[in-house]
Amino acid sequence: MQFREGQVRIPSGCAISGIMNRKGNLFSGNDIIKSIALMHDRSNGLGGGFAAYGIYPEYADFYAIHMFYESGACRETTETFLNEHFEIEIGGKIPTRKVASVTNAPIIWRYFVQPKPDRLLQSGLEVDEYVAQCVMRINSEYSGAFVVSSGKNMGAFKGVGYPEDMGEFYKLDTYKGYLWTAHGRFPTNTPGWWGGAHPFTLLDWSIVHNGEISSYDANRRYLEMFGYKCSLQTDTEAITYIFDLLLRKHNLPLDVVVTAMAAPFWSAIERMEPEKRELVKSIRTVFGPLLVNGPFSIILGSRKGFVALNDRIKLRALVAAEKGDYVYVASEESAIREVCPQPDKVWAVAGGEPVIAMLEGVDQL
Amino acid sequence: MNIDFRTPEYTIHRAGERCTNCRICVRQCANEAHLWDEKQKKVLADDIKCVNCHRCVLTCPTRALSISSYPLEFKPNAHWTPHYITSIFKQASSGAMLLAGMGTDKPYPVYWDHLLINASQVTNPSIDPLREPMELKTFLGRKPDSLKIENGELAEKLPPQLELETPIMFAAMSFGAISLNAMTSLAIAAEKMGTFYNTGEGGLHSSLYKYGKNTIVQVASGRFGVHTDYLWAGSAIEIKIGQGAKPGIGGHLPGEKVGLDVSLTRMIPEGSDAISPAPHHDIYSIEDLRQLIYSLKEATDYSKPVAVKIAAVHNIAAIASGAARAGADIIVIDGFRGGTGAAPLRTRDNVGIPIELALAAVDSRLRSESIRHQVSLVVAGSIRCSSDVIKAIALGADACYIGSAALMALGCHMCQKCYTGKCNWGIATQNPSLTKRLDPVVGAERAANLLKAWSHEIKEMLGGMGINALESLRGNRLMLRGIGLTEKELSILGVKHAGE
Repeated sequence: MQFREGQVRIPSGCAISGIMNRKGNLFSGNDIIKSIALMHDRSNGLGGGFAAYGIYPEYADFYAIHMFYESGACRETTETFLNEHFEIEIGGKIPTRKVASVTNAPIIWRYFVQPKPDRLLQSGLEVDEYVAQCVMRINSEYSGAFVVSSGKNMGAFKGVGYPEDMGEFYKLDTYKGYLWTAHGRFPTNTPGWWGGAHPFTLLDWSIVHNGEISSYDANRRYLEMFGYKCSLQTDTEAITYIFDLLLRKHNLPLDVVVTAMAAPFWSAIERMEPEKRELVKSIRTVFGPLLVNGPFSIILGSRKGFVALNDRIKLRALVAAEKGDYVYVASEESAIREVCPQPDKVWAVAGGEPVIAMLEGVDQL
Repeated sequence: MNIDFRTPEYTIHRAGERCTNCRICVRQCANEAHLWDEKQKKVLADDIKCVNCHRCVLTCPTRALSISSYPLEFKPNAHWTPHYITSIFKQASSGAMLLAGMGTDKPYPVYWDHLLINASQVTNPSIDPLREPMELKTFLGRKPDSLKIENGELAEKLPPQLELETPIMFAAMSFGAISLNAMTSLAIAAEKMGTFYNTGEGGLHSSLYKYGKNTIVQVASGRFGVHTDYLWAGSAIEIKIGQGAKPGIGGHLPGEKVGLDVSLTRMIPEGSDAISPAPHHDIYSIEDLRQLIYSLKEATDYSKPVAVKIAAVHNIAAIASGAARAGADIIVIDGFRGGTGAAPLRTRDNVGIPIELALAAVDSRLRSESIRHQVSLVVAGSIRCSSDVIKAIALGADACYIGSAALMALGCHMCQKCYTGKCNWGIATQNPSLTKRLDPVVGAERAANLLKAWSHEIKEMLGGMGINALESLRGNRLMLRGIGLTEKELSILGVKHAGE
């Protein structure tokens, strides 16, 4: 019997890559596919995926809900839920190509939606929170249905296979975005579930992640007090929710969020200026349960840009580079040089020090 | 002839060829188990007085002494064991309650011994504490949901917190129950190790005010020694509702122990019994508790966290939740194996529940009510070693109190006769000739060493788990597996079985 994410905890090692144009210029998925494909050996064919921002300019104001369904029947029941809660502007199959190595694909649909005004009013929630809660309800209550992504003008494309095969399968060469992230997965178990691949997303947030965090259960149990349901039992899901809680719900600045997740050591805090010291000490005191401990490198994508982050003692590889308006991050330098042979600047990202790339004119994610 | 049915529990062996009749044992034994026989010119023993505290064994210069159980057997009977038979003999003779010291010695399940700790292999590197920083710093106190930050600066200060360098504190033991030298030892050790000791309910001796920064002052039902300076003296205030060794009942310090110093510190007449009522007479309900919590906060200008200590009883989860909502910043749960200076034996051995189950139940309840992060959880009552601390923290505790273990560091041999006032190790006594046996400088060194040793071990195991800050272990129950437990026990502890 094969277990899925959500039934069992499956740690995995991985490759990650991200490319962004700071001016918001659009470019096709070819580069990100080439970059992640170079790190073929860092994944084992059991999961690959991409997040793309800026790909749906014609529906930029709608929530783009990407769905996996295991059967036509569960599509129907889930669509009943979607119809009850949203005005669906348009819905349909996500176009795919036949790829020899990609088998057992679920039914893959997408919908461009807005919350039903009366339901939204009734709920008394902010619109993003309304959508987030609907997503969590589908994932936890609708068996056979899984929300792949739910942000505006963005989408996640993922599945079981090598990432380059997924790129071909989803025809990512035909999409154009200003920010792409990618993930190749090396799970230490043998799941065959498409929903378990990365990126993991919620609203505009997408996470690709390499690592296995040892603080998982401490993080999860804290998050659950704030209404999150960690139904997949994956690190990536927990990390996404940490960002969502701190950035969106608590509305904290990004540097505070990074300090909470990859906190400086007390020995370094002792050496800070008194005001800074008090701030960092307070962050560690209050958000200690959200410290992400153990090896990780992640890229958090959002509509406004991305942040790439290593754990505080750098137990995972992460390299960054710049060339003109382009910013690159990847698990290996070669994966950057594959698509940008002569970067203006390339550096190994230090533990706990974020690489922040934002669209021009934006100062917070 | 009048037989009182008492028989010795232990027998003292004196190796005749080694004994030089130096009579050190005679002077060392406050129980008078060793006697000098003037006629025979040799030391004799009265076995019935021996409590097996090893004082004579360890002070005998020729190692002539050893002690064993008294070789006397009743006719084997699985139901009427010697304990019950001799208890009946005692009570038939005295007409009184049986007393006991320290925690229960009954073979109840020890859940610490049914929990196993995880370690990293391959997919996640273990961290070597000799090469990488390993952080045990712990904050106890109320935490807000989030921080208020304006222009990159903290716009609202945090509520007061206790800052611990290691998640282990010395549990409440009162001056009266233990000697001033024992308290001073713990105070110095707490200061040295960046942690806290607790005054217990006996007030704060004037010589200990200088350790206030590392002191938690207790307010118990007798209100002994409680006054404004006392409340201000410590870094936190603990309201003691109950004690794990004797939930539901009060305390009794006999008048013989109330000498001048104890009398001054407790603010009671010399020689009078100090009786703590079973309940606080101003707390008959949870809303009354709230009033006391806020009275104490008002009295100290909201500058100190207020802890509420409760014994682990059947309904502990709901009670802890009530205490959190009543305004407690720290909740202390004391398990039924916790020690005591004196408790009715039947209460000690039969009332309350194990701390492991109580802790898991409270942590889970507070989380299901989304308030766990607001309060700190401290557990006490049976922590024996560093791996017990690790397991407690993984189950959900913020920190642990150690009482019995701390006294053992000072020399306690667990003879369980604290209530007699004849502690040969100078710990649970006020007799000056006995208390002087404990040098607070030496005691502090030993108590600090214990914390140092345990902290090293905790760091080693944390690193093994791939964790370099203690907060990432807190409530991280995936780091534990049960062994030899039933489904029900696993579900209460919230852990999987080994192999899962």
